[in-house]
Amino acid sequence: MTTVTDKVRDHFINPRNVGEMADATVVGEVGSLASGQALKLYLKIGADERIEAASFKVFGSPQAIAASSALTEMLKGKPVDDAARITADDIAAYLGGLPPEKMHACVIAMEALEAAYARFRGIALDNEGEEDLHHSVCRCYSVPEHKIERAIRDHNLTHVYQVTHYTTAGGGCGSCHVDIMQIIDRVRAEMAPAKPATRPAPALAGATGNVSNLQKMQLIQEVLDREIRPGLAMDGGDMELVDVQGNQVFVRLHGHCNSCSSSSATMKFFVQDRLREMVDPNLEVIDTTEHSAELHAPPMR
Amino acid sequence: MTRPLYFDNNATTFPAPEAVEAVLPLLGEFYGNPSSQHAFGQKVRHQLELARESVARLLNCKPAEVSFNSGATEGNNTAIYAALQARPDRKHIVTVKTEHSSVLEVARNLAGRGYRVTELNVDSAGHLDLDELKGEISGDTALVSVMWANNETGVIHPVGAIGDLAKQFGALVHVDAAQAAGKLKLDLAEEPAVDFLTISAHKFHGLKGCGALFVREGTGFEPLIRGGHHETGRRAGTENTLGIVALGAAADLARRKLDAHIEHMRKMRDRLERGLMAKCDDVTLNGDPVSRLPNTTNLGFACVDGEALLMMMDAENICATAGSACRSGSMEPSHVLKAMNVPLWAIHGSVRFCVSRYTTEDEVDALVEKVSAIVRRLREISPFGARSAPRQPTDAELEAHKAYFARA
Repeated sequence: MTTVTDKVRDHFINPRNVGEMADATVVGEVGSLASGQALKLYLKIGADERIEAASFKVFGSPQAIAASSALTEMLKGKPVDDAARITADDIAAYLGGLPPEKMHACVIAMEALEAAYARFRGIALDNEGEEDLHHSVCRCYSVPEHKIERAIRDHNLTHVYQVTHYTTAGGGCGSCHVDIMQIIDRVRAEMAPAKPATRPAPALAGATGNVSNLQKMQLIQEVLDREIRPGLAMDGGDMELVDVQGNQVFVRLHGHCNSCSSSSATMKFFVQDRLREMVDPNLEVIDTTEHSAELHAPPMR
Repeated sequence: MTRPLYFDNNATTFPAPEAVEAVLPLLGEFYGNPSSQHAFGQKVRHQLELARESVARLLNCKPAEVSFNSGATEGNNTAIYAALQARPDRKHIVTVKTEHSSVLEVARNLAGRGYRVTELNVDSAGHLDLDELKGEISGDTALVSVMWANNETGVIHPVGAIGDLAKQFGALVHVDAAQAAGKLKLDLAEEPAVDFLTISAHKFHGLKGCGALFVREGTGFEPLIRGGHHETGRRAGTENTLGIVALGAAADLARRKLDAHIEHMRKMRDRLERGLMAKCDDVTLNGDPVSRLPNTTNLGFACVDGEALLMMMDAENICATAGSACRSGSMEPSHVLKAMNVPLWAIHGSVRFCVSRYTTEDEVDALVEKVSAIVRRLREISPFGARSAPRQPTDAELEAHKAYFARA
């Protein structure tokens, strides 16, 4: 289990303002059972447009419960227009900080608030009816594209693993990672339309008809830098590209990657899958790290 | 800290007082090295040999077939490499998708280095298909590695039938019995097809850091750890005398009262299972209700987040394990439940409860009371509430899960 701050623990064990509200002015509802979290936020808004009362019902992680509880406390007594400006980061700050991988709990709280505010002001939200699984980018947790796009813009995200932290998209089977990467590239290009992308996006599998070994090595390095190494770095590890010969990619693991729970073999296949997906389907990753187990392995013939 | 309500006995167990007592002299005056020639060292050596006999009696094998090591992870690694070296011309390994990572990751590591690895599927109850095994196994198969009983669901594999099939093709058989020892009768005289078998002391009331590997007489063997003639050359390094003596005592306890222990564990487990099912709506059992360990139940609570359930249980000093492990980034669904095609949202609401021979009725009743209250509370908080009937997944969800498992 993730360790939590005292404030998260307090709001999780003793959530404030739980329950339906019979005389609510508006209700904001987001999430679903399939996505692993759902929140229903009830607001009672007075004639002076101040929030007189807020309550909620939530399904999800301890952090989702704590974030919902915290949000209702933050909302009480606030003019509704001020309240609408509360962000996911504000909720996290109120709770004394959340680890990045749990930020999706604050994001869903913020989304419920937005949905309630939009309903109050009579604004139509483009994410109504987001439960249509066929339009989900991440089908494991049914996360639609607009939600991913929004998280990238709001939190200036650059990597797939960050999108997973903020939206849960990509946290299941991982088959949508390429799609998420393309969304990141597109959104970031839109965010800075004048500036050319600082780094070229890696070409996708199949698009690499005639590339030189050097170009291929650059592409591989690019994918490692963007998709593999940031995740490893969070666990105190790293991966070095040693060489590329034909379709053989030689890598070496550093830091905690030798001793962490995913073994080097699992890591190898993970990296190989990613490189095959993004660079060339014929690539083979060869781990040149000297692992103790290899010394005892039977000779291969 | 007050004593927890401990229902995580497949993770580790309470050290038996008899095992702890047996170790005490070794913590004091009996510190001799069992490899020393002098009488002082030989006194400790004698204790090790008594423990070896105890383990041999538990497994119904010869003491010479038992070597001590650091536990089942080392035992599994050792057995796999030893088997491959005993069948040097064969390049195929068969195992099962629901094996422990100390088997799966070793096999996957070898898959990248000249070996072909088949991971057998399991059905929704966790059972492998003997026909699939029949179709995969060949004269190139060096090793079939299966666990006797699964750590997450308790589901028992038909070791005898698997072994017979392997023998028809001359393949060696390794059985990970880490979860079976002390909970099932392990009679290696009645399972002649088993060539290697691993057990771990702390899973049946011994101490952590010690286990044993059975290698059938006449089976070729190469040690994993070299550098001395300890354990008759099968595992170098000065023996973990404390762990081994405790393992001997734990083996004696497990053997002498096995039937009574099984009876007690089953009674407690069934009381727990029935209690939770009666007090909470929409609880499903993951795995086979009949062919499983007497102490294990893996329950899925519909519309409940497993992490929230576990953290609320933790706040009340209750120990159990969830179907998803929190890894950096997201909740990692259990590979065992995934292989059984349990839908992702159901895996996230699954919790494993495991009793031991020491679990009391009062503890079970307290657990049922507290856990059902927590489940009720979480469902009260939830916008989905408690459902009278489990929700059927939509077609689109089924399709998504199919794609998910095709990839997994």
